[in-house]
Amino acid sequence: MGVVAPNAIGLKNFLKAIKKGKSGIKFHKKLKDLKFSCCIGGVPNVSEEIKNKYLTPLQLKGFNSSGILYGCIAGMDAWKDAGFKIDSRTETDYSSGMVFGTGTSGVEKFRDSIYKLDNLKVKRLGSNVVLQTMSSGISAYLGGILGLGNQVTSNSSACTTGTEALLMGFERIRFGKASKMLVGSCSDDGPYIWGGFDAMRVMTYKYNDSPEKGSRPMSSDASGFVPGSGAGALVLESLESALKRKAKIYAEVLGGNLNSGGQRNGGTLTSPNSKAVQKCISDAMKNANIKSDEIDAINGHLTATIKDPVEIENWSISLGRKGKGFPFINSLKSMVGHCLAAAGAIENVATVLQLKHQFIFPNLNCSDVHPDILNLIPKEKIPTKMTRAKLNIIAKASFGFGDVNACIIFKKY
Amino acid sequence: MTREKLITSLQKIVKPYIQDQIAFENLNEETDFINDLKINSANLIDIILDLEDEFDIEIDDESMENMLSVKSAIDIIENKLAES
Repeated sequence: MGVVAPNAIGLKNFLKAIKKGKSGIKFHKKLKDLKFSCCIGGVPNVSEEIKNKYLTPLQLKGFNSSGILYGCIAGMDAWKDAGFKIDSRTETDYSSGMVFGTGTSGVEKFRDSIYKLDNLKVKRLGSNVVLQTMSSGISAYLGGILGLGNQVTSNSSACTTGTEALLMGFERIRFGKASKMLVGSCSDDGPYIWGGFDAMRVMTYKYNDSPEKGSRPMSSDASGFVPGSGAGALVLESLESALKRKAKIYAEVLGGNLNSGGQRNGGTLTSPNSKAVQKCISDAMKNANIKSDEIDAINGHLTATIKDPVEIENWSISLGRKGKGFPFINSLKSMVGHCLAAAGAIENVATVLQLKHQFIFPNLNCSDVHPDILNLIPKEKIPTKMTRAKLNIIAKASFGFGDVNACIIFKKY
Repeated sequence: MTREKLITSLQKIVKPYIQDQIAFENLNEETDFINDLKINSANLIDIILDLEDEFDIEIDDESMENMLSVKSAIDIIENKLAES
């Protein structure tokens, strides 16, 4: 696995950060200067040195796509972590593919190009505008770096993207069409990607003076999400192939489900059809062939908007569990914000780390749990400190604009 | 500007794009950008933009198509410099 998150870069640092409950949310003067209501956000701290370690001077010439950068770092790290070498002289590997998604690619690069173009300088755009701004920019860059020869594609389904990518890769392996799939997602950062959300008033404006307190999933003070960015990547492999090459195995994907609420029954472009969310979770359990009482913990979508209690209610209904019988639940967004298209992938990495190392990472900023949530589950199911626990199965869900849902069931290996 | 000097400036401009170090070290008028220096054809566009900046000239589409070797590039730059 590989990860580039606002609170840490690289798997080891990320494990340490999520155990400690390290926040990656900071004040950004640029947002304030541009008159954003929400002036805080999560941006991974990628130095020039790190950049140069992953991309060549030629790749970095005219390069201005933070999402592709984060995706390449996470993807290359994941590939190496899985035991593969990255070498441009190797043959194409037809058994390995990739589903690596994003929302909008290279928004800063796109902005530069539009200025040039409107100044009648279309010829001055150079050769790499298309590559950095096409939705599949990330899979194009990474596919070449790794020499992948199976399906190489980018999916896009808003904040569900990373979790959907994993399930798409999983299905391809299950169908016997590939033995290894690199799956993940990435997202750009900065005002041009976040502005639309600020305009929708879905980001919090109340914590500009105390950024680390801003992202408050499940809190009674939750007043909107804090934007984030980064990338997460996982290598999926058939058990047969992994055992044969004695690969490091973090966890098992038992199954999962993707669906949409069709923007009916209360679902809209921006809010979920609760029936569909519940069905997505139950169908995921069916697909994974587990019973709901086997779930030890949930890694929720839980963005820190007023909709968090609805999500808890949906989990409670589809699992048929409430009160003390409810599993542990947490949201990584309290540390890194809502990483949008990258959220699912970064959170999947965190979920798998919890299984591998048998702990529940803490929920920050929710000592004041929302009363509607407390009506359903007790406070101790929402740990605010790192908690050691025997974990066998964790359910992870992501939901996105367009009324789309994804749920994965992971098992300890 | 002498042809030698032009070649030296050109060499500096193509350096980030080359994929064959030996051909680059032996660069001469006969060197072909794609076959010898193994430059990705899409990057030829970037080299042309860099040349335009370096020499303050504008290279038209037709000249661009012919710019496949050191010799043709130098010829075109000389012509454009003489025009301006």
